[in-house]
Amino acid sequence: MKKFVYIFIVLFTLSWGCNDANFLDREPTNILIDDQIWGDNSLILSVVADLYDRIPEFQTISNWWNYADFDEGFGSAFGDYWRHKNSDWGYGEWAINWKDYYKLMREVNLFIQKADSELTDDLQTADKARFVAEGRFIRASIYFEMVKRMGGVPLILEPLTYDFGGDPSYLEYPRSKESEIYDFVINELEAIKNDLPNDVNVKGRATKGLVLAMQARAAIYAGSIAKYGATTPNVSLPGGEVGIPASMADGYYTKALSAAEELINSGTYALYNKKENLAENFTNLFLDKSGNTEVIFVKDYKLQSGKVQPFTVQNQPWSSAEDLEGGRLNPSLNLVQSFELLDNTFSTFETNTSEGDYVYYNSPKDIFAGRDARLEGTIIIPGSKFKGKELDIWAGYIDADGNITTGSTYGQRKHFPTEADPEIPVVGYDGPIDELEFSAQTGFYCRKFMDTATGSGQRGLNSEVWWVRYRLSEVYLNAAEAAFELGNTTKAADYLNVVRRRAGFTTDLTAADMSFDRIVHERKVELAFEGHILWDMKRWRLAHIVWNGESVELTNNPEKADEVSNRIFALWPYKYYAPESPNHGKYIFKEVLPRVVTNADRFRLGNYYSEINDETVNNNNLIIKNPNQN
Amino acid sequence: MKTKFKLIILVVAMAGLFASCDYDNYDEPGSFLEGNIVYNGEAINVSSKDVSFQLWEPGWQKSYPINVEVAQDGSYSSLLFDAQYKLVIPSNQGPWRTKINSESGSDTIYVNLNGNKKLDIEVEPYFMIRNSQFSVSGSNVTATFQAEKIITDAGAKNIERVNFYINKTQFVDFRSSSNVASVEIGGGDITNPASISMTLTVPELVPAQNYVYARVGIKIQGVEDMIFSPVQKVDL
Repeated sequence: MKKFVYIFIVLFTLSWGCNDANFLDREPTNILIDDQIWGDNSLILSVVADLYDRIPEFQTISNWWNYADFDEGFGSAFGDYWRHKNSDWGYGEWAINWKDYYKLMREVNLFIQKADSELTDDLQTADKARFVAEGRFIRASIYFEMVKRMGGVPLILEPLTYDFGGDPSYLEYPRSKESEIYDFVINELEAIKNDLPNDVNVKGRATKGLVLAMQARAAIYAGSIAKYGATTPNVSLPGGEVGIPASMADGYYTKALSAAEELINSGTYALYNKKENLAENFTNLFLDKSGNTEVIFVKDYKLQSGKVQPFTVQNQPWSSAEDLEGGRLNPSLNLVQSFELLDNTFSTFETNTSEGDYVYYNSPKDIFAGRDARLEGTIIIPGSKFKGKELDIWAGYIDADGNITTGSTYGQRKHFPTEADPEIPVVGYDGPIDELEFSAQTGFYCRKFMDTATGSGQRGLNSEVWWVRYRLSEVYLNAAEAAFELGNTTKAADYLNVVRRRAGFTTDLTAADMSFDRIVHERKVELAFEGHILWDMKRWRLAHIVWNGESVELTNNPEKADEVSNRIFALWPYKYYAPESPNHGKYIFKEVLPRVVTNADRFRLGNYYSEINDETVNNNNLIIKNPNQN
Repeated sequence: MKTKFKLIILVVAMAGLFASCDYDNYDEPGSFLEGNIVYNGEAINVSSKDVSFQLWEPGWQKSYPINVEVAQDGSYSSLLFDAQYKLVIPSNQGPWRTKINSESGSDTIYVNLNGNKKLDIEVEPYFMIRNSQFSVSGSNVTATFQAEKIITDAGAKNIERVNFYINKTQFVDFRSSSNVASVEIGGGDITNPASISMTLTVPELVPAQNYVYARVGIKIQGVEDMIFSPVQKVDL
């Protein structure tokens, strides 16, 4: 009997326990499930925000050192001197990490699939369309980033899943043609154009303006690869994975021009013009977050949110640094001398007279007078201010016989001019001092993107200045380039002049002034430190000419696109000490090669498209390697 | 007793460790494959660290090439395991065209390595530099040489420029950190390729040395790698 009671109790417990079918079916507390996310606008926004954040980039303000990879900037920090001692770039440089990029791509494809499915049917139609369009925008951006680095890549437009059937070969995709990837990007952007808001105040998310700007950029890249790729026939693959036929150039240029003009003529955006002082205006265009009509797309930062960037901490002038670091990025003389005079002519800096005497300047700033306002907007020159504080850039005293008295630390004091005299500083607090990190070893500091807010130079605070990915000025330059390549020099000059007037040029360029050199030069000075230089030099097939590895002196023709510029030069001010001379106390300048710069950069043909490593080829035998490498 | 037992275990363990070390290890590679890149038996001089070819060993699940660098005098040397290799010069490597190998029917060369082996790789350069001579007068060094066009069929290419380099060290090419002087003639300015003459002034050398190394090179249009004359030591 007792036995039956036990059996009954057990049976009862079991059946009762199973009675509630939902007992084990609990909502997880550590993750959000599909139904929760896809019904809620703000949750979908946070998913897409994460994807925006992960769009790959190369040179940005969160990795200043990449600005020192080419001839624009010098890395004034011990850990970065190798950049100027190296000659070759590795073939794998700038390559995509195959695994990471396609993992991200799968997530984006999943996002698009889900945003487009019945999961989001409860959203308003416009919201749903916007999220799908944003996903497709992010996917197009990533493919654009990939094609810039690798040429054609496998074009995968849906999330791939392995069936564990033992044969993964159905997941192997061959590389598309380079032109097919560019076509995909351009067409995809065309398709989503009208699903996105056309709002100048939306900066961090995709807008119609952004789509047009990116279309113009992608098309101009493809067009120039088609046109200038003809000069480097070795940089191509027979299957078109690398290289675009020259016959396609005009089509892309036409597309670039029409997309850029659609954006310009829409009137949604306007060049930033808030300040009287044009240099200050140019600086502020990157700092001003309220009512900025020029900026189209940014990566935004916010103080005390955890999402801040250290560019100002890392690069603030040493003399006024708010923390124990700064001064890392020193713009090169190569870049500084590219800023032209306001009468539309070019000139290198006048350090010596034709008789060989020095040229004496009352203020160190005088040598830079009469130039493009963007010079002071982009670069902190000797004698200028940052955050209201005067900079102290001078390399020492030089006497009438050419003897130099200088120090080895910031603002070092010595008995000068004789041992009997009291100690005075014999070198600026900002240097320049060879091989002293954080000093302005080229004689210059960077101003673009440098936050002027108090505290932005402290490690504990950092800066919330945003990283500008697209802005209207570049669209004008793209329009000018496309028009020029299509033979419409009048239109090209018109668009170029819009940008140049904002920089203080009062005499317009005429159609006859237009040349390829002009186009290249304008991008160089307008878009310095905005992450364009590598891609521009690659697409024009100028990289192996300008960075050819031969040590030559600094060019005297900064206006020419194909002048060699592969070592970083510096311009150092000295105080002239000769009490009996009328020039006593004035400044003279010397062009020097920083001691750290021991080798000239050399861009090989195999660098045009980064190496696909053997691991990737072994994993997918359909992948063809890029040319001119091993 | 207990200690003895422990000792025995220790000895056995150590014996095992030592024995297994022997068992685990592969023999190190022991065969040299060496030779020159040649045209009609004459070594082709190139710039250092720029030209290389690949050895593939078929039969493995994943394939990774062994890259073999060609030295500036055109020689190469690689220490390898004995195996059957396929030797491939990738396209656009070196100032030459590869030759079709009769055995493989393509430009692949089968290399059956079994002990040390000498292998000269025959290629067809676009140009050869002949009779390069360097003469000194004062601090001037003059180079004279002939540029002989080897490929004259449809694949022929022209000279883009010729360069004359002087270096303090034996490594003489456009890599310039230790180049002391160089001079260049554009391809269009060469009147007689059979007699090219270039003169350089050697600047004061710091620290002083009374010799330099010199050679001349030809940059061929559309070919990345230059072809050079042999390096020659020049006493000043």
